[in-house]
Parts: sequence; C-alpha cells; structure tokens
Amino acid sequence: MINTASEKFKVDPRDAKIGMANFYVAFTALTLGGLMGLLQTLVRSGKFELPWGIDYYQILTVHGVLMGLVLTTFFIMGFQYVVVSRTAGTHSKTARRSAWIGFWIMTVGTIMAATMVLLKEASVLYTFYAPLKAHWIFYLGLTFVIVGSWFAGAAQIMTYAKWRRNNPGKPSPLLSFMAVINTVLWIVATLGVAASVLFQLLPWSLGIVDTVDVLISRTLFWYFGHPLVYFWLLPAYMCWYAIIPKIIGGKIFSDSLARLSFILFLLFSIPVGFHHQLTEPGIDPAWKFLQVVLTFMVIIPSLMTAFSLFATFERYGRSKGAKGLFGWFRVLPWKDARFTVPFLGMASFIPAGAGGIINASNQMNQVIHNTIWVTGHFHLTAATSVVLTFFGISFWLVPHLTGRKLTKAMNKLGIIQGWVWLIGMAFMSGAMHFQGLLGGPRRSSFSTYGDSAQALEWIPYQIAQAVGGSILFLGIILMIIIFVNLAFFAPKGEEEFPVAEAENPDESAPMIFENWKLWLGITVLLILFAYTIPFIDMIQNAPPGSPGFKTW
Amino acid sequence: MHMHKFEKIWLTVGISALVIFLSVVGVSAFYLGNKPPSCLTTIDPAKVDTQAPFDKPGLHKVEGKEWDYELVYVASAFSYNPAQVEVPLGAKVKVIATTKDVIHGFQMAGTNINMMLEPGYVNEIVTTFDKAGEYLVVCNEYCGTGHHLMSSKIEVVE
Repeated sequence: MINTASEKFKVDPRDAKIGMANFYVAFTALTLGGLMGLLQTLVRSGKFELPWGIDYYQILTVHGVLMGLVLTTFFIMGFQYVVVSRTAGTHSKTARRSAWIGFWIMTVGTIMAATMVLLKEASVLYTFYAPLKAHWIFYLGLTFVIVGSWFAGAAQIMTYAKWRRNNPGKPSPLLSFMAVINTVLWIVATLGVAASVLFQLLPWSLGIVDTVDVLISRTLFWYFGHPLVYFWLLPAYMCWYAIIPKIIGGKIFSDSLARLSFILFLLFSIPVGFHHQLTEPGIDPAWKFLQVVLTFMVIIPSLMTAFSLFATFERYGRSKGAKGLFGWFRVLPWKDARFTVPFLGMASFIPAGAGGIINASNQMNQVIHNTIWVTGHFHLTAATSVVLTFFGISFWLVPHLTGRKLTKAMNKLGIIQGWVWLIGMAFMSGAMHFQGLLGGPRRSSFSTYGDSAQALEWIPYQIAQAVGGSILFLGIILMIIIFVNLAFFAPKGEEEFPVAEAENPDESAPMIFENWKLWLGITVLLILFAYTIPFIDMIQNAPPGSPGFKTW
Repeated sequence: MHMHKFEKIWLTVGISALVIFLSVVGVSAFYLGNKPPSCLTTIDPAKVDTQAPFDKPGLHKVEGKEWDYELVYVASAFSYNPAQVEVPLGAKVKVIATTKDVIHGFQMAGTNINMMLEPGYVNEIVTTFDKAGEYLVVCNEYCGTGHHLMSSKIEVVE
C-alpha cells in the first residue's frame, strides 16, 4: 500500500528512469575503468605485461577518461536530477526532455571518445597534452560529453526556477539549492575546456590550422581542471550535509551555513587553475602566487563543513545519552551501510585535504609535482571520499528509484565493500604517497631507468600498489554485485529517500544566498581578476605555435 | 544567521592559521626568492638546436653571475641532451632547459628540482648541489610510448 505521505516523497517514476539511465552508464564505466586500473597496477609491479600489443598509456587513458569524466559526470547528473525532483518537485516535460537529450548526447560522445582510444588514435590521457595530437573524433566526443551535461544541468536549473516562481520570498529546498550551485560551477568551469577544444584542438586536429598554442590550451584546461574536482566533491558534500543527518536520525546543524559554504566553493574553486601550473614556464610567479592564495580560500568552507558534520554527529550521540568527549562516536549507526560507507569517505577526506594543501603550496609543490604522490592524493579524495559517498548513496537511491528494498544481506555486503575499498586504498594510495616523496613519476609505465639505484628503490612501493589495486578491484566486483541486485533482483518494496531537516526550522536562510546576480557577478570578477592579465601576457608574448605530434 | 560559539572559535583559529601560513609562503617567495620555477623567455621550438645556449647542451662555467655554472638541457622524445653530466659538489648552478617537440618534465628525483618543459618556452631554476651522489633525472610529464625510458644522470662529485 502506498499512502499519500510516502507518495509525496517518492521520486516521480519518469524522473527515476532518467536517474537510473545515468547510473547504468556510470557503473559500466566503473567496471571497465576499474579493470584498466587493476591492469595498470599490475604492469607497474614489473611482474606483468599487457597482451596483444596493448599499450600501457592506452589503458591509462581509458582509466582516466572513464573514471574521471564518465563515471563522475553521469553519476552526478543522475543524482542531482533526482535530488531536485525529490526536493523541488517533479520535473516539467521540458526539463525532462532536456535531461534525456543531455543523457543521449553525453552517451554518444562517450562512445566516440572511447572508440578512438581503443583504436589507439587518442592515447593523450585525459588532460590532452597538446601538442600530442589525437584523432578529431576523440575531441568531438569529449565536446559532446560536455555539451550534453549542459542540457542535463539545464533541467535542474529549470525546475529550481519553477520552484522559486511558485514560492516567492522563500529560500529554496537546501538540496535543490546545492545541486544548482554545483551545476552552475560546472557550467562556468566547462566553458574553459570547451573553448580549448572548440577553438584550438578541433580545428588543429582537423587540419584547418597548423599549430596550437600549448600554454593557452593548458591554461584553459586547468581553468576547468580544478573546479572539476569540486564538481565531484560537492555532491558528496550534499550527502554529508543534508542526507546523512536524516539517516542517523539527527538534524542538519545549520541550513544557512551549509548554503554559505556552497557559495564559497563556487567563488573560490574556479580562479585557481595556476596552482596546477606552478612549475610551468610562461607564467609570472606573482600571478601564480595570487592564485595560490585564492586556492587556499577553499579551506574556509572546508573547515565549516568539517565542523557542521561532526557537530551533527556529536549532538545526535549526546541525544542518545552518550557521555564523555568521544562517547558519541560509539552510538553512531555503524551497522547501516548508508551511513558507514559515506563516513569512511568523510574520514579519508582529512588526510586527503591535508595532502591537497601541500600540492597547492607555492614551493612545496616542487617536491611532489607530477610525482605519483599526486596520483595517491586524488585516489584519496576523488576515488575514496567521493566514490565511497557515491556508493553509499546508491545503496538507498537505486532501490528507491527501482521500487525495491535494500535487504539485510545487501546492507552487510555494502559495509564489507566499504571496508575492502578503504583497505585497498590504504595500500595503494599510501604507497603512492611515499613513492612520490622519493621522486617516482606519475603516468609512467614500469621502468628501472637502466637499473638506477634510485628507481630500484621505488619497485617495492609499486608492488604494494598492485596489492592495493587488486583489493580495490575486489571492491569493484562487490559494488557491481550490489548495484545489479538493487537494480534488478532485490525484493519489491519501498526504500526511503532521506532528506534531513534543519535543527532550527524557525531560522530560515537569508534570501541573499539565492541572489544569483550577486554570486555570479563576484565569480566572474574573481575569474577576470585572476586570469585577464596573465592571459593577455600569454597571447602577446606567445612563441611560435606547435605542430601536432603522435608519439605513441 | 546564527553561528555557534564553538564554530566561531574554530573558524577564527582556522582562518588565522591560514593567514599565517600564506604570509610565510609569501615572504619566502618574494623576500627570500623561493619562487617556483618560471621563465618568461620564449623560443622557436623548431630552431632550438641552433640557438644559444641550447646549441651547446651541458655544463658551462660562467663568470660574473650570481651562479657559478649553467647546466643546459635540451629534451626531446624520448631523451635528454646531455644524457649524463658531472657537477662539482657545492656548485651553484642555473639549470636551463627547453623541449624540441612535446611537453616533457624535468625532475631530479628526490630533490625539489622539478619543472615542466613546454614547446616554445625556456624554463630555469637556480640551485646548489650540496649533496654528493648519483641522481636520476626523469621525465615526469607524459610524452608518449617511450616516456618511462626518458632519463638523464647527474653525478655530484667532490
């Protein structure tokens, strides 16, 4: 029996279908991308060689594109679409059509790019690396993924705008607000990479122009490349801020502060790309330093987030009668996979964030830049914090959307999955961090560099990475079993879509947070401030352009 | 908008730490000169071999500069020129490098000598070689199939 109350909180089946379509692609990407990841760690252990003439850098490209672009973008677009549907109301016909158009453009683009990589026409990794020149179909495919995501994002914005029109003067539902912030961040950021692909890489790979300006293409890429990681992270924050409190039976610490932190992420995640280019020529160190300072501003909303989350946990624990400074820790619902798995992600964000501070530091960056430390870092942030939270979301969202139930057995398997992931990552990411400090390069196939003493020191760490990679692949198999079960085989029933309420419902969020002209205006000003002069420099002071190279 | 007392304390401490940290980094960069490598000099990547100083890769003693030696490197897929070099212990050296084709990395493994080489640009870093031993220079930016074979050796000798 479906009663009216639960009917109200159920995502419209037509919207659920779009959510699930996105998840099918995302989890397919996880499976294939994960297999490529496993093969990479095995190759780097030095004990394994790829068969059939497959090249290491080819599988590296597949892994990067599938995990970093396909898995994330599809999962996030599906998740945010249903989040908006659940909190701001069912999408209109127009919005739904936009989401479907977006989904199909993204899917076609993915297939185009993937085909060229498999044909060995595009082993340029996912950061492109002009003047390495891939086949134009690869670049066009990636353009489709981006343009498709704009259509998918437009659906969320339309429904949010409709809610605002129907509820004048009221703050919008927190989760819808957060989803729209992330979509706006994504649209502003992808303008950079779209410009690079459309105006530089496509005409060049098609042979319309002969040369490419490498520094400008890199700058446009990193203008997008750093906010990209916040685009991955913010959906996880949405879960931590506004969903986890409901799962444990607590409240959101402060609705207003959650909104403020999301706005700060929007402002300070984009004008900071130079911290990825600290060791590059062609950019004045003063401008690099300015962007380093702006980079560090995101520490403020991160600290706010950490405070809110732990305050929620502590208050919930104390309400259950927990005593002492850390007594609340024990009463948290550790047997609930919907809580435990995202919590493991949250906990790994503490060392991950600390590593990020090192990466972005003006001078410390030189020690680890392009070493495998960086690979270790984003496997701790994106591939642990974010991905474990996404897994935790799937445990209830997939059955909610398919009209099934998360059974006890699957819940248990979910918890096992989370721990397997954490252990695998501790081996892999840990070994990467240490090897990086010794100077081991990232994005490299197995090599002893002519039996150099330094390189031989790195091999044991690479073997540890292969152990970690194998454990992680086991984690992926478990996750696929759970996903397939929840999508197709779990018993029919109802699974809750948890949305938490604020601790103090009387305190409504200040309307200034929804003043888009103001926030977008500040965003644009910050971007112009951080990029205009260096960009003019790059154009005026440009060296002769580079012809294309195919060195793979 | 209400803010909890403890959260105010937490953020005050956090933001103060941030300000101190960034001041230290800034002073180190602009007063002590510990800036990340960067050089605003451009070059035609097709004519690297014929232009000074890249027409003569290797170690050169210089006079009247803040550093004693210049170590000139030319990178191309998949090798460095010179492939091997000896540097006297304690020498203050300016490493100057560029690439003839795609993007390469230049990292003296285990040290903070780490820079990117991009076609059309010269990059440089000044450093003192104050520890004897054999150092591996690796390309740490993906440049193609031979990327993991691209290396050079610097021997710091007494």
